[in-house]
Amino acid sequence: MLKCSLDKMNLVFAEIAKANTLYLPTDQNDGSAKFTKWEEGSVWSNALNTVRSPKDFFFPQTEDLMEFKVEGRNIELTDIRKESEDFVIFGVRACDVKSFEILDRVFLVDPVDSFYASRREHGVIVALACTKPSETCFCTTFDIDCTNPAGDISVWKTETELFWQANTEKGEKLLASISALTEDGDVAEVDAQKEKTASIMKKLPLADLTTDGFGAGKTMELFNDPAWDEMSQTCLGCGTCTFVCPTCQCYDIKDFDTGNGIIRYRCWDSCMYSEFTKMAHGNNRLTQKERFRQRFMHKLVYYPENNNGLYSCVGCGRCLAKCPISMNIAKVMKKIGGEKK
Amino acid sequence: MQKITRDALLDRAISLLSDGTVNSVLGWQKGEFDYDVTPHIFKTEEELKEGFVWNDFCYSNFSKYLVAKTDRIEGKLLVFLKPCDTYSFNQLLTEHRFDREKVYAVGVSCEGMVDVNKLKAKVDGISCVECVEGGLKVTTIYDDEAVFVDAKDVLLERCLNCKSKKHVAYDELIGEEGDVIDSARFDEVAALEAMTPDQRFAFWQKELSKCIRCNACRDACPACTCETCVFNNPNSGVENKAPVNSFEEQMFHIIRAYHVAGRCTDCGECSRVCPQNIPLHLLNRKFIKEMNECYGEYQAGEEVGMRAPLVNYTTEDLEPGEVFDRRGEDA
Amino acid sequence: MQVKEYKPLIVAFCCNWCSYAGADLAGNNRLNYPADVKIIRVPCSCRVNPMFILRAFQRGADGVILCGCHPGDCHYTSGNYYTRRRMAMLFSMLDYLGIERERTRVEWVSAAEGAKFAATMNDFVEKVTALGENKRLEDLRCKR
Repeated sequence: MLKCSLDKMNLVFAEIAKANTLYLPTDQNDGSAKFTKWEEGSVWSNALNTVRSPKDFFFPQTEDLMEFKVEGRNIELTDIRKESEDFVIFGVRACDVKSFEILDRVFLVDPVDSFYASRREHGVIVALACTKPSETCFCTTFDIDCTNPAGDISVWKTETELFWQANTEKGEKLLASISALTEDGDVAEVDAQKEKTASIMKKLPLADLTTDGFGAGKTMELFNDPAWDEMSQTCLGCGTCTFVCPTCQCYDIKDFDTGNGIIRYRCWDSCMYSEFTKMAHGNNRLTQKERFRQRFMHKLVYYPENNNGLYSCVGCGRCLAKCPISMNIAKVMKKIGGEKK
Repeated sequence: MQKITRDALLDRAISLLSDGTVNSVLGWQKGEFDYDVTPHIFKTEEELKEGFVWNDFCYSNFSKYLVAKTDRIEGKLLVFLKPCDTYSFNQLLTEHRFDREKVYAVGVSCEGMVDVNKLKAKVDGISCVECVEGGLKVTTIYDDEAVFVDAKDVLLERCLNCKSKKHVAYDELIGEEGDVIDSARFDEVAALEAMTPDQRFAFWQKELSKCIRCNACRDACPACTCETCVFNNPNSGVENKAPVNSFEEQMFHIIRAYHVAGRCTDCGECSRVCPQNIPLHLLNRKFIKEMNECYGEYQAGEEVGMRAPLVNYTTEDLEPGEVFDRRGEDA
Repeated sequence: MQVKEYKPLIVAFCCNWCSYAGADLAGNNRLNYPADVKIIRVPCSCRVNPMFILRAFQRGADGVILCGCHPGDCHYTSGNYYTRRRMAMLFSMLDYLGIERERTRVEWVSAAEGAKFAATMNDFVEKVTALGENKRLEDLRCKR
């Protein structure tokens, strides 16, 4: 295991940024954190996590797919794809790293989404172990260990130092590029840090949240649960939960008429919206209850059904913090799964 | 902070439910933590006793729910309204958006509500929040010692600039009737007006570029009650699900604010619900301030049946160009 | 490389009952005004909602002018009074967002005022030309 002093972080960032575009969480003036491009003078945030998830780097909110012009009976297509550049995302938490695996199972299975695949290839993830989980965290529910994040490189922060460990070839290459700034470190210090974090994890209010009652094969049992009515009755139908979620991956493909051509683009969609999956015959989910149910059933039942029991929630707690009416997946899991035990 | 106790509200709700005046109660339900209160429709006394809360986190404005929740219901719905909520209540009545006969409105006096974002920025890992005189006593999951947080530091922006503690509509009132307050709510708008156009442009580009188009500002807004919003209607030509570029951001926010101009009661829900902390109230207040100055003081929702400035006119109105001259700026 | 002279694109919404006829009169009287002004005929200035103005800018307009009947002369009695308040508020908001206030204007031009129409357009085009291209309320997709 390698280590470097926290005082040297600016040098490390500068070194990484020489060959890659580097993104890291920085503090914004409203007190929140956001992944921003590193520039001389950028300060690495101490915040637990960013408001927007790092899924943006692989699956941006909007992206242009192609352009075309229609003249008479001719259609002229233009591929406007740009080659992705190499980039590094520094400071991704364990939960968000897990979200990439969940997105991969959607975008990298046949047919492969080449836009997504290209970004995944060019991106290096430096994952940061948590030291101060918050009350809204429940990653343990989904068997994520926030003290041992995956990613191409895992890093652990102690009071004065940062410990590095490469997990993949890409990670080793990046670590080699900053070898002049690192030295050998003692695993014991990292273990002590992990202990400390684990003791906080045990005290979290959502530590006892379980996935019991959910998972593959539960569709018929849960679909008509009367609790859906009750829980969705004050849902506003906004898309906050889906847009801050690191694993929500629904999108829409739309055409924009520029007046001298068409731009076909893709943008995030939300199952909370009334026009979600609208077809020629109209919409198949007419009430907010059905839309609300779709979101949670997708994460806790349908997705595991198709992906060997993997849940598509990582317990990052973003929706818990941001829902305007504070209705969220933890409440749903307790109400619908919990009461049946 | 709140002077009214939970029990006072709970007792009233239970007695109105049991004597048959109402058959359901729109109130606040306790959450997983002490601060994540959810609006909920309570049907029984047991449910109320178990889940009903009234504390410093009951910020939701219930007026908008009345549009959907009183449609085709049997009997009456009890709704608790804070002073600012009553303005939205009246405004919706003015627009005939719900049936007054189906609602039993209980006014609750309010001492201001807490902004959870501000609180979380001050204290990490909140495990317990106790509402006390002048602020909050917060315990964290990291250590057992409670910290005191001053109310002034964590109140919602709309409460710091509270415009009225007076209830303008209710069937009964719990607590004392307050007064309309001469607030400083337009100061920020005036500060922006005093900037140069370049500074203003930079300010708004920065703020609006944060938008993720989750539509929370619209969906929480008690004045936004169109059945199909123009931004959701594929036939409108402006439908979009994402802030594709800066134009889309400007367009959405100008139209959102404009569409509620004259009907916006300045309840502040838009800014509260924004996950990206965009100061949306500054757009709404600009319209309110401008209309007050050009067409006379007007507070939407003050009374039922008032005519809003944009659906009214006088033959002596200022010309669009004169609106700028009025401020004595050079064009 | 030859530098192309900057020609602004101006959209003029003209009321059918007055300004549109005013434009006609200007033409009949051989009065000059720039060809950069594209006229859109509307049944009343009140027909123009704020979205029209924004959409004109989106589609590449550098300036938008709205012409209607003089206050008191509306064919529908009061349409232009509403227009006056509506546009005053919209323009004020655009200014608040930092968008140049000279890019938008409301003028009252009657059917008899061909000369005023030409003069107004000349003046407006001149002002917008001086400002240059609309950069603050543009949709880059439409300029590809």
